[in-house]
Amino acid sequence: MTTQTATAPAPRVYADHARPAWRRVLFTTEMAIISLLAIVLVVASLTVDKFATPLTMTYLLLDVTTLLLIALPMTMVMITGDIDLSVGSMVGLSSVIVGLMVQAGQSIPVAGLVAIAVGALGGLANGLLVTRMQLPALAVTIGSMALYRGIAVGLLGTTAITTFPREWTQLVKANIPGTPVPVVMILFAVLLAAFAVLLHFTPFGRGVYAIGRSKDAALFNGVNVDRTRVILFVLSGAVAALAGIYYTLRFGSARGDNATGLELQVIAAVVLGGVSVFGGRGALHGVVAGVLLIGVLSSALRLAGVTSDVINIITGVLLVLSVISGSVLGWVQARRARPAASAPGAKA
Amino acid sequence: MKSQRKTGLRIAAAAAALALTLVSCSSNAGTPAASSPASTPAGGGAPAGNVSITFLPKNLGNPYFDTSSKGGKAAVEEFGGTFAEVGPATATPDAQVSYINTLTQQQVGAIVVSANDQAAICDALNEARDAGVKVVTFDSDTNPECRDLFVNQADAAGIAKVQVDMIAEQIGDSGEIAILSASANATNQNAWIELMKEELTKSHPDITLVDTVYGNDEDQTSFDKTAGLLQSHPNLKGIVSPTTVGIAAAARYLSTSQYKGKVALTGLGTPNQMREYVKDGTVTEFALWNPEDLGYLAAYAADSLVKGDITGASGDQFTAGKLNDFTVGENNTVLLGDPYRFNADNIDDFDF
Repeated sequence: MTTQTATAPAPRVYADHARPAWRRVLFTTEMAIISLLAIVLVVASLTVDKFATPLTMTYLLLDVTTLLLIALPMTMVMITGDIDLSVGSMVGLSSVIVGLMVQAGQSIPVAGLVAIAVGALGGLANGLLVTRMQLPALAVTIGSMALYRGIAVGLLGTTAITTFPREWTQLVKANIPGTPVPVVMILFAVLLAAFAVLLHFTPFGRGVYAIGRSKDAALFNGVNVDRTRVILFVLSGAVAALAGIYYTLRFGSARGDNATGLELQVIAAVVLGGVSVFGGRGALHGVVAGVLLIGVLSSALRLAGVTSDVINIITGVLLVLSVISGSVLGWVQARRARPAASAPGAKA
Repeated sequence: MKSQRKTGLRIAAAAAALALTLVSCSSNAGTPAASSPASTPAGGGAPAGNVSITFLPKNLGNPYFDTSSKGGKAAVEEFGGTFAEVGPATATPDAQVSYINTLTQQQVGAIVVSANDQAAICDALNEARDAGVKVVTFDSDTNPECRDLFVNQADAAGIAKVQVDMIAEQIGDSGEIAILSASANATNQNAWIELMKEELTKSHPDITLVDTVYGNDEDQTSFDKTAGLLQSHPNLKGIVSPTTVGIAAAARYLSTSQYKGKVALTGLGTPNQMREYVKDGTVTEFALWNPEDLGYLAAYAADSLVKGDITGASGDQFTAGKLNDFTVGENNTVLLGDPYRFNADNIDDFDF
């Protein structure tokens, strides 16, 4: 039994590399999600009245930007096997900070930088608690989720600040001239490029996957496990705060309860995009497709007159199916690898 | 490796099948229902006067808004338009914005909305108006520059007067009364209490307001404060609670105490919370507005705007079916009227 479990993973790696490159790229969970996205887009364009319009694209992208931004660091956090449940509360806290500073006469850039710094600090606190105190990220960030939300609501009470400079609230909603694409997509594209390089093309990114597969093995291979995890939490907090600035300006309203429950939407989209909740697996292109898939489905179903609870049921079913298909794929691969590695395994 | 490729293909195929099912199901589900907003724009050549009016409450599955939408639907059926109701599952402004955007794309005639945030949905509503959609707010207003008309359920003077009238009727226009309010700094309640005091001095000189206590809109605190009031004022004849949480908690205390039927209780409450206490004789009568009438009036107002009979300007007049005539007041606001009184005779007509 011991030899079997020890040797099982190794042939799989070789098997992966024996496949042609195009096949390795095409037949993946990520490609399944991207294909599904493409299919939904085509079907919705053909069957849902008013879906295939530039306005749909603008509204859709404005809606999903918050999710898209936060999903970038969340992907990396979850690939290491951690999770950050405090991002929704951090969006709310960032919103309140921006609101209070603007009310006190500060400019948006100054208020935004302060909010991002607070976000990074909040992420640092999460990261240090998880690594230094050896606590599970789930427990720590459930705590900080309540804490950051509490501070946000405490600072502003039940009131809302709505006095934001018109040029800023218009800017975040404006389109790139001549296109139906909001300018905020440029910000997202820059961040996406940065995160993609970091995760897929640097030793740091290799370390992220290694940590997700086995923390001990990663440590013995020279990955600075704790530092990597802390950095990811800091990025998660900072990007959540950035998303909070966008959220505040888009709706022109700073409230303590802004973006309540957003963390679960982000995690759902990340899991739908093919990231394993157990860590070690996932890629950014899948996650971006996952977020867009949820956005496109909601938009198309709303236009088709489907009620919100039915939309929730459909996205829920989709999520469960994606998790099932992921684990079925893993099971099938493991089963196939086994007989090749050790014939007795097939009998058992 | 062949079987591995099959797996990949199978997953893609399954995914494709799923997507097709989901989307085709949904669009099928949407089309046959005449009330679906999606089917409205398709009938572009609809006869003039067939106005499509969509209600967007704070959230769906809320009995209060189910009642207002019921009134709206009844009105739309009377004047022969197309009624639809959409809304988020939870009462958040960002979800409401997505729905407003969708309605803008669908080019509905009018949106009748109860705002989750007075500012956050503003730009989205203005984009809808730029696209030719009329916007009526009801129940919870936005900033005045983001809508054509606000249908106000009740004004402070009316709310204060109905409560004073009810308590005066129930205690025989003389004796000691007390007020069980929400929190000490609740803006609405404080304004009503001031007006109630003025009304008492002016029209009911034999009624003395001996105490005002604050239950903070918490059930247990309100319950305890009621007990305290009755102990410290043995001659108390009535309690007025201008908050739904307070009146329900006070009724619960009274219903099992020796004061049941002896100390009158009235104020602002909802029928579902108060039904039990009206039936067991603890409470004779309480007030609130009628959400069904509110939805009915809002739908008629939307219809008048779409048809161009009114623009929402102060002084505009329109007729709202069985509720008769209304005149638009200051700040483009229409007032539903005096609060509605609920008692044993009519409480079973309401479910909210």
